[in-house]
Amino acid sequence: MHLDQVVAIVVSVLGSVATLLIVSLGLAVIFGLMRVINLAHGEFLMLGAYAALTATRIGVNIWVSILLAGVSVGIFGLVVERLLIRHLYGRILDTMLATWGLSLVLVQAVTLIFGPSTNGIGTPLGSLHVGSYSFSQYSLVLIFAAAAMLTIVFWVFTRTSYGVMARAAVQNPSMAQALGINTARTNMVTFALGSSLAGLAGGLLAPTAGVVPSLGQAFIAQSFMTVIVGGPGVITGTSAASGVLGGSYNLVSYFTTPFIGQAALLVIAIVLLRLMPQGLSGNWRRQL
Amino acid sequence: MGRDELNVTLASLAQGRLSRRQFLHGTGVALGTAALAACGQTATPTSTEPVAVGSLLDATGPINIYGTPLIDATKFAIDDINSKGGVLSRQLKLTSFDTQSTNDKYVQYANQLMLETKAAVIMGGITSASREAIRPAIDRNKQLYFYNEQYEGGVCDKFVFCTGVVPSQQLSTLVGWTMTNVGKTVYTLAADYNYGHISSDWVKFYLSQGGGQLLGVDFIPLDVSDFASTITKLQQRKPAAVMSLLVGGNHIAFYRQFAAAGLQDKMKIVSPTFGLGNEQVVLAPNESKGITVSYPYYQELTNSTNQKWVSDWHTRYGSGYPYITDSANAGWVGWHLWALAVNKAGSLDRDKVIKALESGLSFDAPEGTVRLDPKSHHLTHNVNIAQTNANHGFDIIQTFNAISPDPQGQCDLIGNPDQHTQFTPSLS
Repeated sequence: MHLDQVVAIVVSVLGSVATLLIVSLGLAVIFGLMRVINLAHGEFLMLGAYAALTATRIGVNIWVSILLAGVSVGIFGLVVERLLIRHLYGRILDTMLATWGLSLVLVQAVTLIFGPSTNGIGTPLGSLHVGSYSFSQYSLVLIFAAAAMLTIVFWVFTRTSYGVMARAAVQNPSMAQALGINTARTNMVTFALGSSLAGLAGGLLAPTAGVVPSLGQAFIAQSFMTVIVGGPGVITGTSAASGVLGGSYNLVSYFTTPFIGQAALLVIAIVLLRLMPQGLSGNWRRQL
Repeated sequence: MGRDELNVTLASLAQGRLSRRQFLHGTGVALGTAALAACGQTATPTSTEPVAVGSLLDATGPINIYGTPLIDATKFAIDDINSKGGVLSRQLKLTSFDTQSTNDKYVQYANQLMLETKAAVIMGGITSASREAIRPAIDRNKQLYFYNEQYEGGVCDKFVFCTGVVPSQQLSTLVGWTMTNVGKTVYTLAADYNYGHISSDWVKFYLSQGGGQLLGVDFIPLDVSDFASTITKLQQRKPAAVMSLLVGGNHIAFYRQFAAAGLQDKMKIVSPTFGLGNEQVVLAPNESKGITVSYPYYQELTNSTNQKWVSDWHTRYGSGYPYITDSANAGWVGWHLWALAVNKAGSLDRDKVIKALESGLSFDAPEGTVRLDPKSHHLTHNVNIAQTNANHGFDIIQTFNAISPDPQGQCDLIGNPDQHTQFTPSLS
């Protein structure tokens, strides 16, 4: 194998890992940390993609549009938490039903507003040549964005007083309240933060794919699988799971076909959960 | 009105669908008419009841990128036929269902159209998986059915008519053109269901006939939108051309990621599916630059039938309509051929209509004149090779006239009407 081929494979593997991490991070916060099974997570991504699309169409710079996607879906998540989710904390089945219903409503609402056809944003930046291989510069942006999002989320939940309170509010709500933490408010902020990460993910992926109302369906299963395989270490576990699953999907696809790559991803997820029922991070000494 | 009407009324009452008042009113009229008919001793009067016809297409879900133009074409065709007097001087009444890109919805609604609506003809189905999902029910009920979409070919069934272009027309020309103008090495990317599998066999077949070399085939599940590994692999194998048999909204990502990775200068994408979902409208012109396709119909065709059709289409749906696809033309052709055949047969009776359809019918379509091949129930098409242009449309490069849908003559529904099968390429 030549050096340029190795570089191309590494970039491509990192790209797949980054994509998986980007789509899973919001769910890691909402489902991994808060234990809210948000079946509308895919639709939050989709809303982010449409937000970025709308912003670029009215002439906003693409990078600003992507950030706007995060902000707007964050605000949307805040509203959803106030109206729907806060009544359902701890009621797992009810939450599933409510968020699934929400996902159907969102798909239909977006179909009514934007129409059923595919839209898109052209991929910004050009390509980068290494030897006889080339790859998109935007895939480097995705890798960088994944690393940045991971660092920021990790920092927020481990190094800020809000982060400590947010974890306390989820782990032991009555004790947290006894210590004077307004758990209702921290939960609201945490849900909005998770939604915002999902929106940002949608904005980041919009320029690599087609934007359709059914966009979320392609990502929902993958992101749940990543978070569950990741286990209780919400951030570290999710990144490890993205690495294992995204990496194996990409490498197996490369050496065989994408069909077998997808099968390998599923088999590895099943085997991992059989051997480590607590998930990858089950026995780790970790903060998060 | 007459005896049939009374039977329908009684049946409805038995199913609890009519109130007593409606029943009394209905039977009164029906009995009265029956009595009048009896007094006059005349033959059955010409009915003016609308003719029920059915359509099954995906308005929502990932396949709707193909469904939307076909749905628009269907409504347009029905109104056009009705404005010209309908069939047998009766208007058409369309019952359509949104099959939501799910195959079980197809089966459910197909049964509803056959058993409840009693549609004289059903048209629809987009993916080959959806067509094969309903074909057993179609055959069981001996229902006249039109499939108006480009597909992998070979369906040979007395009750089924296919107006879309098939590999012997589309892939034979496209693979041949590629080997002459691009190069002999091809890598195929195909959607992972029956269309992609059978069509990739056809690609292999035509490549081996022309001395080309197939470097590999990757089947891609419909929900995949991350093509990073595929793009690395293409760069390693270095084919002259990539044959894209990709399908659906998620797969549009491939063209975008291919362009972003700077592969356009290294290899050429050729495709028998690109454009049917208006991919060239979604993608920026520099992203779809150089992609070469093969269809009978393009909006840019200059024949007078097409020019009028496009202008009527824009009057109806607005001048901002994205692009009128080859599938829209196939849908238009399907409805008009059926209407022609019913009027020629002078009856809605299934066997008489099939006989009329098998009489060498031809139709002046937007794509040019098409002729229905009686033996295979497919159309003879002109096929045009074309390339994407800067206006989100296509420039025609080369035209192949009047290509037979079944050059090997495998399907003979005149000699052997009980061939309910689908032929696939033999690669031995």
